[in-house]
Amino acid sequence: MGRRGKIVKIVGNLVAVEFAEAVYQNEVAYILHNEEKLKSEVIRIRGNIAELQVYERTEGLKIGEEVEFTGELLSADLGPGLLGQIFDGLQNPLSLLAEKYGFFLKRGAYLKALPEENFWEFIPLAKKGEKVKAGDRLGYVFEKIFKHYIMVPFSFPGIFEVEEIVPEGKYNFKQPIAYLKKEDKVYEVFMKQSWPVKIPIRAYRERLSPQKTLVTKIRLIDSLFPIALGGTYCIPGPFGSGKTVLQQLISKHAEIDIVVIAACGERAGEVVEVLRTFPELTDPRTGKLLIDRTIIICNTSAMPVAARESSVYTAVTLAEYYRQMGLNVLLLADSTSRWAQAMREISGRLEEIPGEEAFPAYLESRIAAFYERAGVVRLNDGSIGSVTIGGTVSPAGGNFEEPVTQATLKVVGAFLGLSRERAEARKYPAIDPLISWSKYKSFIEEERVSFIHSVLRRANDIYQMMKVVGEEGITLEDYIEYLKGEFFDYVYLQQYAFDPVDEATTQERQKYIFDFIYEKIIQEEFLLENKENALKFFQKLRQLFKTWNSEIWQSAGFKDLDREIREFLNERRKVKSNV
Amino acid sequence: MYRVYTEILEIVGDVLVVEAENVGYGEIAEVTSQRGTSLAQVIRLEEKKVFLQVFAGSKGISTGDRIRFLGHPLYIATGEELLGRIFNGTGLPRDGGPPLSENLREIATPAVNPVKRLLPQKLVRTGIPMIDLFNSLVESQKIPIFSIPGEPYNELLARIAIQAEMEIIILGGMGLKYDDYLFFRQRLEEKGALARAVFFVHTASDPIVECLLVPDISLAVAEDFALKGKRVLVLLTDMTHFCDALKEVSITLEQIPSNRGYPGDLYTQLARRYEKAVDFEGAGSITIISVTTMPGDDVTHPIPDNTGYITEGQFYLRNKMIEPFGSLSRLRQQVNAKTRSDHRTLMDALIQLFASYRETLEKRAMGFKMTEWDKKLLHYGELFEKKMLSLEVNIPLEEALDLGWEILCTCFSPEETGIKRSLIEEYWPKKVGSEEK
Repeated sequence: MGRRGKIVKIVGNLVAVEFAEAVYQNEVAYILHNEEKLKSEVIRIRGNIAELQVYERTEGLKIGEEVEFTGELLSADLGPGLLGQIFDGLQNPLSLLAEKYGFFLKRGAYLKALPEENFWEFIPLAKKGEKVKAGDRLGYVFEKIFKHYIMVPFSFPGIFEVEEIVPEGKYNFKQPIAYLKKEDKVYEVFMKQSWPVKIPIRAYRERLSPQKTLVTKIRLIDSLFPIALGGTYCIPGPFGSGKTVLQQLISKHAEIDIVVIAACGERAGEVVEVLRTFPELTDPRTGKLLIDRTIIICNTSAMPVAARESSVYTAVTLAEYYRQMGLNVLLLADSTSRWAQAMREISGRLEEIPGEEAFPAYLESRIAAFYERAGVVRLNDGSIGSVTIGGTVSPAGGNFEEPVTQATLKVVGAFLGLSRERAEARKYPAIDPLISWSKYKSFIEEERVSFIHSVLRRANDIYQMMKVVGEEGITLEDYIEYLKGEFFDYVYLQQYAFDPVDEATTQERQKYIFDFIYEKIIQEEFLLENKENALKFFQKLRQLFKTWNSEIWQSAGFKDLDREIREFLNERRKVKSNV
Repeated sequence: MYRVYTEILEIVGDVLVVEAENVGYGEIAEVTSQRGTSLAQVIRLEEKKVFLQVFAGSKGISTGDRIRFLGHPLYIATGEELLGRIFNGTGLPRDGGPPLSENLREIATPAVNPVKRLLPQKLVRTGIPMIDLFNSLVESQKIPIFSIPGEPYNELLARIAIQAEMEIIILGGMGLKYDDYLFFRQRLEEKGALARAVFFVHTASDPIVECLLVPDISLAVAEDFALKGKRVLVLLTDMTHFCDALKEVSITLEQIPSNRGYPGDLYTQLARRYEKAVDFEGAGSITIISVTTMPGDDVTHPIPDNTGYITEGQFYLRNKMIEPFGSLSRLRQQVNAKTRSDHRTLMDALIQLFASYRETLEKRAMGFKMTEWDKKLLHYGELFEKKMLSLEVNIPLEEALDLGWEILCTCFSPEETGIKRSLIEEYWPKKVGSEEK
């Protein structure tokens, strides 16, 4: 029978339990309270006392109540049927919970993430007698638009021989689809497997370095601060600067197979928005509903804190699972600061010695380990899959010096810093081009990108100068340089999310417009007699580009404006003396 | 029978430690001392030691006083009976009326399943152009008024409450000055809104622990009304007192502070309350408007900072007006496309021009030359401040929109506003009333 213990101490969601037999670190335990069974995890063991973080509210629990240890680590169920679902941090399906229990989340109510009874059409790939290892494909089913491969469980160590595989047909999760043999012992394999969420899945041949750009269709990101498939990025920003809106835009438009959204300790309303709008939106890449490529893991701010921590791990485990099928997966974690705060709360209750701003000393290593689960991998059969991780950070007071932002900056490949000034000036996306950086390669020529960076910096310098000496105090040349920088910011970096065309710009269009502005405006000189004329010239140009941005790519309207802008520029262009 | 204990081991701050058995976490006890009887709540259990937080404070409690455990969590009476009544932070009558014990409901209710929430989509009209036109309030929104202590935030709150046309108003007052409490009562009475209101008031002179209970009690009662299909407006003033009470209590309990003395779970504590704002699928709704006074007008202070991360925008009250920059309703996009076709465009145009006006003011202050355009902007800015921005203005949204066009027409030519042609044709005032110079 199971090992048991008794509660000796309760503080908030931390419960200390006295036990007699062995207890595993991080194993799952259930607190038995009347009819309820409350899920918890062992997080510290001292002598014969184990400390548990409880994934539920602890009201009503009493000293002396029994606790049952399971011997299993907190695990996620992996199998067909995850796409389009919404789970809580412990992978309970929220729609089913709502059907059963109504408006509120009932304490101690846990449901299986994947219904056992559903039948899936299984098509075998492996042959009897074949040698296989963890992660090898045995067959597949169709889930939404993907071939969902059924693989040798990741927990199977070594080489196995396929003893038997079922023929094509309908099966559910209770029926084995294969029997694998190793050293005369035969193991059953089902379409569903489970994996401990805090341990990365490593059933692949090798890790590769992220090279390909992940196109988000947000110009500021793709052109200046690109993200790579299998890379990592973070979006820190004060409240109101548009972190969540930006993540939602990325989740809608990114050219990626699957998006896992981890709503961690944020507003429930934001999850509701995804939940209610995604089933009505189509993914232009596949023509299918957006929700079909999306999984939502949500532990919003009012839900129990301990499960907030696990939600991030559950999400990354699901992302890794789909990566094993050779897909490109994007994990959006919003917000990693809330996850860090959950660690801080629990660390405080454990009375650990606090680090900076009372965050635990292990904050950095936890954050690093989480982002390290991103990557491009070559799978056993040679195909490539990737997990890209993007996390928002909500720094206290909007100050990027704080521990969570700093720990994150050390490990990510791209930093998209949002600024309150830009947000208040309604410059969206409010990514500040002067502080952001990316280590990945853009599809725009590198030389041009770095030139544009210098133009933006120079424009800002001149702007600062003008604040002191006024417009009168600077030269016409400087003023034009300033206007060029402002112009690029206004028509290229800023993107209007409420315009159906401007909302998302394809790679092809970005290249075209970027090069157009670069060659025909930034690098050119114009006949502008005075500052007033210069201002008028760029205002007119701005208006033309704004309209151009709303025209469908290569439509008649687009081509007309293309011509109109070229003509307008030609009129004012200074003929270079050396030509 | 109830279990009675008389062995008090420690008294630290407002926390008593007593040896007792079979006590549940979060359970309520009655502490009887020479000063009377107070409720207390279990906040920590360690072996046989029970830590109790005394709502009325520990002053005058002796080590020999009686403690009776009630065997249940904190309950509050709910329902129609409460309407028109005034209670203190623990739910006891403050108006001389009888205590209520009908429809008892646990105060600590679980979180709402996100799947059962509706997308907020119903505009709440307040008659204040700076809200209706520029930062529309939406049913089930949670939004604070960020304010410096001296601003008329309670007047604004009362006005929104009266004009918002919600079915039930619940006022949770924390650290409220007695005058303010009287003000609210009088204001609602004048406008005949008291009969659909419930007050839970903790005044500045009441015990600090009671302050902590006000949001929970108010929201538990609100939730009950909402589940019965009512549209409820909850006003919480001032949440800064609530946070300071949290700080005081957690420091007394020797918790490690995270930022300027505030506990590490400040965000979670605030979120647990604010997230009660909801539009239930198939029932009523809760809208929360709170007040957060900003110490030193500093928006990066932990209280406004943590609040801003959880609420859906903020109204920024400064110099007796709702500041157009810094104020934001995150949910306005959900409603302002459906009001009138010119709403969004006009909103953007008016604000952009006002931003230019502010820049011109700066330029003027620095002594730079004023151009023709600058002069137009100055004219516009003054009109805008007087006719739109002032809290005195009280007009419906449609009138506010018309007024917006009128102001534009007085100051600018259509082209100067940057508004697209189709809207100009439809809305630009026809009568020739524009001043050219």
